[in-house]
Amino acid sequence: MAVQAIPKSWYLPSKPHKFCPGCGHGIVLKALGEVIDELEIQDQVIFGCDIGCSLLSWNFFACDSTQTHHGRTTPVMVGIKRSRPELVCVGYMGDGGGYSIGSQHLLNSAVRNEKVTLILVNNTNYGMTGGQMAPTTLPGQKTETSPYGRDPELTGYPTMGPEFIAQLTPDSAYVARATVSKYKQLKKYIKSALRNQMEGNGFSFVEVLSTCPTNWRTNAQQTWNFLEDEMEKYFPVGELKTPFGKGDK
Amino acid sequence: MERVIGESKKSFMTGNEAAAWACLAAGADIMFGYPITPQNEIMHYWTRMAPKYGKGFLQTEDELSAGFTVCGGVQSGKKAFTATAGPGNVLMQEPFGMAEAMRLPLLAIIQQRGGPSSGTVVYSQQEVSLTTYGGNGEGHRIVYSTSTHQEIFDYIIKGFNTAWKFRFPVFILGDGYQAKMREPLEMYDPESRGIKMEEAYPLIGLGGKIGQDRGPSHLCNIYSLEEELYEVITKVQAEYDALAPQITEYDEKFCEDADIILVTHGVVSRAADDAVKALRAQGIKAGYFRPITLRPFPQQELRAAIAKSGAKKLLIAESAIGQLERLVKQEIYGETVKIETLFMPGVGIIESDLIDKVKSVL
Repeated sequence: MAVQAIPKSWYLPSKPHKFCPGCGHGIVLKALGEVIDELEIQDQVIFGCDIGCSLLSWNFFACDSTQTHHGRTTPVMVGIKRSRPELVCVGYMGDGGGYSIGSQHLLNSAVRNEKVTLILVNNTNYGMTGGQMAPTTLPGQKTETSPYGRDPELTGYPTMGPEFIAQLTPDSAYVARATVSKYKQLKKYIKSALRNQMEGNGFSFVEVLSTCPTNWRTNAQQTWNFLEDEMEKYFPVGELKTPFGKGDK
Repeated sequence: MERVIGESKKSFMTGNEAAAWACLAAGADIMFGYPITPQNEIMHYWTRMAPKYGKGFLQTEDELSAGFTVCGGVQSGKKAFTATAGPGNVLMQEPFGMAEAMRLPLLAIIQQRGGPSSGTVVYSQQEVSLTTYGGNGEGHRIVYSTSTHQEIFDYIIKGFNTAWKFRFPVFILGDGYQAKMREPLEMYDPESRGIKMEEAYPLIGLGGKIGQDRGPSHLCNIYSLEEELYEVITKVQAEYDALAPQITEYDEKFCEDADIILVTHGVVSRAADDAVKALRAQGIKAGYFRPITLRPFPQQELRAAIAKSGAKKLLIAESAIGQLERLVKQEIYGETVKIETLFMPGVGIIESDLIDKVKSVL
């Protein structure tokens, strides 16, 4: 069977995309595009993107889409979903937008079990603004605002997003952590997160571990090593909560 | 549209209750809000009535969220609204900025309380600057400053129409007195007065098959280049300026021969109305000018009132330190009329305050 290289739901005039070479966003957005195609929901999807690198996806899909503000994608998606429940709302954000400036929205929409799907890309730093420390920066990791390495005594430990969201949500929520190094699993989790919304179950959240060679200042091998050896060790990949049966943690 | 009031009827209620009824009569679909005094009862009445009419409500985690959920609701094609005050109005400037940038016709009811910071929960006119020009933009908003419960009702109905007709965010600027006092008003369904309500329409979630019936709708509020932003803002400003004469509203009395014109807005204009009549009865030629829209401001009309009266003085009175005064000064730059002021930040202004002030400056 011929595999289609480019998802049908991608918006071709905006390609090639504007992410840096080696960035993981393209992989996440490819998985999302394929899932939108497979679920045949291109015409129902509302794609909302945060400010930060995720903004570069604002016209990535041939789906109705909206830019929002830094951290505010979650409430915009909630407002749309509450107003038009038939739409499939997908919020796309980074770790800064989701876990720092927009954390109150993430937390409370999880508690309310809002019927939206949020995909949060974790690359352990603020990429768009030039590589500052993020809530997800690993202990000892050097960034522009932790030039001697993140010291947990001063700035705490990395935010464990899916773990805290799993604690806040009822059983009908879907919560998982994926990684761009395991594409099939990533796609499966995104598909589950969309299905969970479409079936009206509840809040659906996927954190995706991703790469940022530009700000990590790493070559291809070092980039992949940091993702697989450092990040995936600290942030366990798997399903934390699934209404579709036992998770594959 | 469903008639919720039926025969128009005299009522006696608080301004917050009147506001909730007005939103219902105007065909509003959904409210997003966060508790803050003195606007709470708008939510209280809405949550009681909304389910009976198939309307939505969500109490959000904060005012940022209330503002942004309203933006989302409007983008999806629903008449969404919120209400807030004071520090809540400060937080909502961020989503109001998005509404300005994306031309989202949201409606927000602002019941002013004192400031800065938490101020009081009682009354103030200190949210004029914030409501007219708040945010990192150019004030592309429409602001109605109401003075009675009847006006709260009337201008909420009108406000939804102005918002959806012209696609600018609309603000109903009340205050704690208007929120909490009870007074009579007449409530009605807009159609019974021949008022046609504008239809809401979606900006995303447009239906049809993308790629076949239409292209995707990509809504944008951030630009890569200075020139792109310049072009967009310049175009919006030109549209705003062109529409302003259709939107601007004011009230004017006794200005033909006035020696001094009292310029007030909102609930203070009720005291000014009484004061001007009392002064006239004492042989003092006082006039009355009230901007009803603070954005856009009735600039030409105020200049005309100054010109035809030949007034030597304006008295600008407000429950704030110069927020109305700054608006007036920027709008009538070049006029040589002397400006007197009565600033009483955070407290009410009554007839005798104005009469005493007029006598002291004439």
